[in-house]
Amino acid sequence: MLARSGAETAAISAAALLGALVLFGAFVALRGLSPLEVYAALFLGAFGTWFSIEQTLTQAAPLMLTGLCTALPARAGLLVIGGEGALVVGGVATVLVGATLAGWPPPLAVALMCMTGALAGGLWIGAAGALRHWRGVNETICTLLLNYIAIAVMNHLVTGPIRDFAQVLKPASWSIGERLMIGELPGTSVHWGLAFGVVACLLTWGLMRHTTFGFAVDILGGNVRAAQMAGLPIGAMVLATCFVGGAAAGLAGTIEIVAVHGFASSSLVVGYGYAGILVAFLARQNPLAVVFVAILLGGISASGGLLQRRFGLPDAATLVLRGLLFVAVLAGNTLYGRFKIFRPPAA
Amino acid sequence: MPPATDLGWWGVVIAVLGGAARVSTPYLFVSLGETLTEKSGRVNLGLEGTLVMGAMSAYAVAYLSGSPWLGVLVAGAAGAAFGLLHGGVSTLPRVNDIAVGIALFLLGTGLAFYLGKPFIEPVAPRLPHVALGAWSASPQIRAALEVNALFVVGAVLAPLLLWGLGHTRWGLVVRTAGDNADAAKALGYSVGAVRTLSTMAGGFLAGVGGSFLSLYYPGTWNEGLSSGQGLMAIALVIFARWNPIHCFWVSLLFGGATALGPALQSVGIASNYYLYGAAPYVLTLILLIASSSPRHALAGAPSELTISK
Amino acid sequence: MSDVTLTRRHIVTGTAGLLAASGLTSLLPGPEARAAVKPLTVGFIYVGPKNDYGWNQAHAVAAKKIARLEGVKLIEQENVPETVEVEKVMEGMIRHDGAKAVFATSFGYWPNVLKLAPKHPDVLFVHIGALWKEGDPKNTIGYRGYMEEPHYLCGVAAGHATRTGKIGFIGSKPLYFIFNNANGFILGARAVNPSITCQVVITGDWNNPVREAEVTNSLIDQGVDVIVANVDSAKVVVENAERRGIGTCGYHTDVSELAPKGFLTGAEWNWAAGAQFVKAWQTGGSYPNLLRGGFRQDMVAISPFGRSVSAEVRSKILKIRQGFIDDTFKLYQGPLKDNEGNVILKEGQVIANDDNKFKLAVNFLVEGAIGKTGLKK
Repeated sequence: MLARSGAETAAISAAALLGALVLFGAFVALRGLSPLEVYAALFLGAFGTWFSIEQTLTQAAPLMLTGLCTALPARAGLLVIGGEGALVVGGVATVLVGATLAGWPPPLAVALMCMTGALAGGLWIGAAGALRHWRGVNETICTLLLNYIAIAVMNHLVTGPIRDFAQVLKPASWSIGERLMIGELPGTSVHWGLAFGVVACLLTWGLMRHTTFGFAVDILGGNVRAAQMAGLPIGAMVLATCFVGGAAAGLAGTIEIVAVHGFASSSLVVGYGYAGILVAFLARQNPLAVVFVAILLGGISASGGLLQRRFGLPDAATLVLRGLLFVAVLAGNTLYGRFKIFRPPAA
Repeated sequence: MPPATDLGWWGVVIAVLGGAARVSTPYLFVSLGETLTEKSGRVNLGLEGTLVMGAMSAYAVAYLSGSPWLGVLVAGAAGAAFGLLHGGVSTLPRVNDIAVGIALFLLGTGLAFYLGKPFIEPVAPRLPHVALGAWSASPQIRAALEVNALFVVGAVLAPLLLWGLGHTRWGLVVRTAGDNADAAKALGYSVGAVRTLSTMAGGFLAGVGGSFLSLYYPGTWNEGLSSGQGLMAIALVIFARWNPIHCFWVSLLFGGATALGPALQSVGIASNYYLYGAAPYVLTLILLIASSSPRHALAGAPSELTISK
Repeated sequence: MSDVTLTRRHIVTGTAGLLAASGLTSLLPGPEARAAVKPLTVGFIYVGPKNDYGWNQAHAVAAKKIARLEGVKLIEQENVPETVEVEKVMEGMIRHDGAKAVFATSFGYWPNVLKLAPKHPDVLFVHIGALWKEGDPKNTIGYRGYMEEPHYLCGVAAGHATRTGKIGFIGSKPLYFIFNNANGFILGARAVNPSITCQVVITGDWNNPVREAEVTNSLIDQGVDVIVANVDSAKVVVENAERRGIGTCGYHTDVSELAPKGFLTGAEWNWAAGAQFVKAWQTGGSYPNLLRGGFRQDMVAISPFGRSVSAEVRSKILKIRQGFIDDTFKLYQGPLKDNEGNVILKEGQVIANDDNKFKLAVNFLVEGAIGKTGLKK
């Protein structure tokens, strides 16, 4: 039965991807471009060479973590879109702690920074979960507003209270220092964020798939009344999924600090959080699928450059492709259960 | 124009009031549109994308045709088309309308950026305004009361929508679809069709709201034009309690909150500008928390609404 | 130009390839023989949309000029954030498209340029900040115009235009070069009339049309009647100021047509010097690693004067510009105080117009400014 439902998901997702690509092809054809050439460039830019793959994986790393931020609460029936803000909060918290760790052994300092970023992001989204459960505040709009507030607070901090005035490039926070930065995975030009992303997805997949907690969350996500009747601790579950999701996005912020920038600045706000929403929906909230979908979307981002350079397409072409893909996948949801071959024989 | 006299702190008050009138119109249109959509039992979170698409298409059409009003109309039509897409996809079984909204938010902004590249530089004709402050000798007051025709349209539309929802046949059908889908079905109406039409109408209004951004104030097209007004307007609907008149007042409040930071800065309060800039978002959040309730659905909330369940 | 370091390129592989290529083509008959220059792919990376009517467009204009050079092929990518992504984009241009010169046209790209340049010694990396220092890779160039000079001329125009004695400067981010431009603007205006004050307002964003428009309106409500805006595109500010009937100065590119009544003049970049780097790289010639310049080096310009600027004021402004060109006029000279009363320059103290060090450390606003830098003194 599991294999059948897996095949169904794969078939419908592939159909949605194909549908989105066909629409996108028609779209670029309107500009007088050959869709086939554009597809070829998309593939080349995403997976065509080892360098392309490295670029794709680099793009995918933060998306895995921000994807979890939407995927996990969604399992409990909540629609959280606060990955962008949680990432920023995680990044700022990382710097606040990291800047005081100058004398520490790097592995310990990095571990501490990761925990700080995850904790900050977790509390940030956890607060939205708490407001949802105990106050009835709509979590979607709440987390959206929290994004804007997080970005404003970060901008405020890096232009004054925690600004490194020696940094002339842009308003930026204190730096954690070169010594505490983790670089790239050995033998590649992909930073360590990829490993963190994959491990986080595997762990949460295990949590959701193989624990009673995961099973209980799925009951809650399926039907609140059923969860109430079963006497499940709904509040705790809402909080926990929001916290873990937020922690993942907060960790993405930590990665941006310890593997990419070394400091917090407006460069943390580049849309990883919003792309994560798409990742979660494409993965149908399955943490394991998040890994692959993040790589797929990372590939689209990575090849966007090639579309610009080879065909003169605007950068927004990849945004259009993402949007089409999102709509196609959601519309594809209606197909589940409609095909006999995917149904268990007993049914 | 005679040189403006020094008004000091009164200048801040006037700037905030003027800002309320200048900045509120997109909030007003989007929130009225969303109210209509939500009354039918659907949530369209994609109105930010619709707003941006409306802004771009209005600017492009106004520039190409020379007629800003044609631009407004096309913006509305583009919004209605997005509404149709949202309504159509959401009507399919097992499809979540909130998720579709987020998808259309991404698609709408992406499409607007994609198609809007050639229109960043050209100057499109601007929508006309009504000089309500012509009586005053003060240029500040005259400027603050220079009100755009669309604002007036919105101000008239709010009571009209309230009346229409409460006292007309179609208003009753929309509300029935939003409060009790089975009852609407029993009356012989297709709930999907009613909701899709309401979403189209809401999209039309949001598109028009976008045209205000590009064709009147700030009166330009570029990719940073909207800073989430379409999203905030959806939050606004919740604590306006789905009442169009309240939408009008709350929109004004948001406009004023947006204007506060710049007004304070112009009198020399130089610090914390990012925090002032966040004022509308913080205000929304506080009002949202204050107006929510854990135990029962919000007064005025359509009971079929996914967002209030 | 004391801080311009000239270096010879001596990269063996690059030169060898060049010799081979030029030797081969000169043997061929036909049009190829005349094209004795090495074909070169040049990549331009922009932080925003390349036709933003502002900062990015100023670079795109230079890119178009460079594309017209013999043998040059231009590739462009826009909206590239200042993250690890820009490294990947530069590398993609090098690996997928064979780019041998890359223009990184956002200030914040510099660390990424420094990281990548040693890995690709056969590629020229050009950055638009003047941050190159001894010890940085030789295949990198930093170049940038002294924008405070045209802002000074804008200030002179504003000083003559204002009737209220209040002018306004709208900045995007609290960065030294933004305040440096503000200082130029204010010094110019106060050279006309020392009682003029200037409101300095930071919006906090490179591009936020609603806030820019609101700041403009609020400043006008406070009696300000000439405004210049240092944001990604001055379009919103210039148009809204024009609607309220006050004067404006432009920034980045020529925006004079947006304000037929109130436009005075504008501060413009001239990034065309990039073409000389490309040519030098193509032919194995020498190039500077750090190039800073104002009017004297033709790296900045002013926009065509608006209708309302009288012939008298025009000739006065052009005379000062000549002073910059001849290096007889210095922008920062003593006695000079900041707007908190601290002495910046004593009587007789003069800062050279190409004193890069002084200008990179501008953390103050000159007397007459109303506002704060928020930078550490």
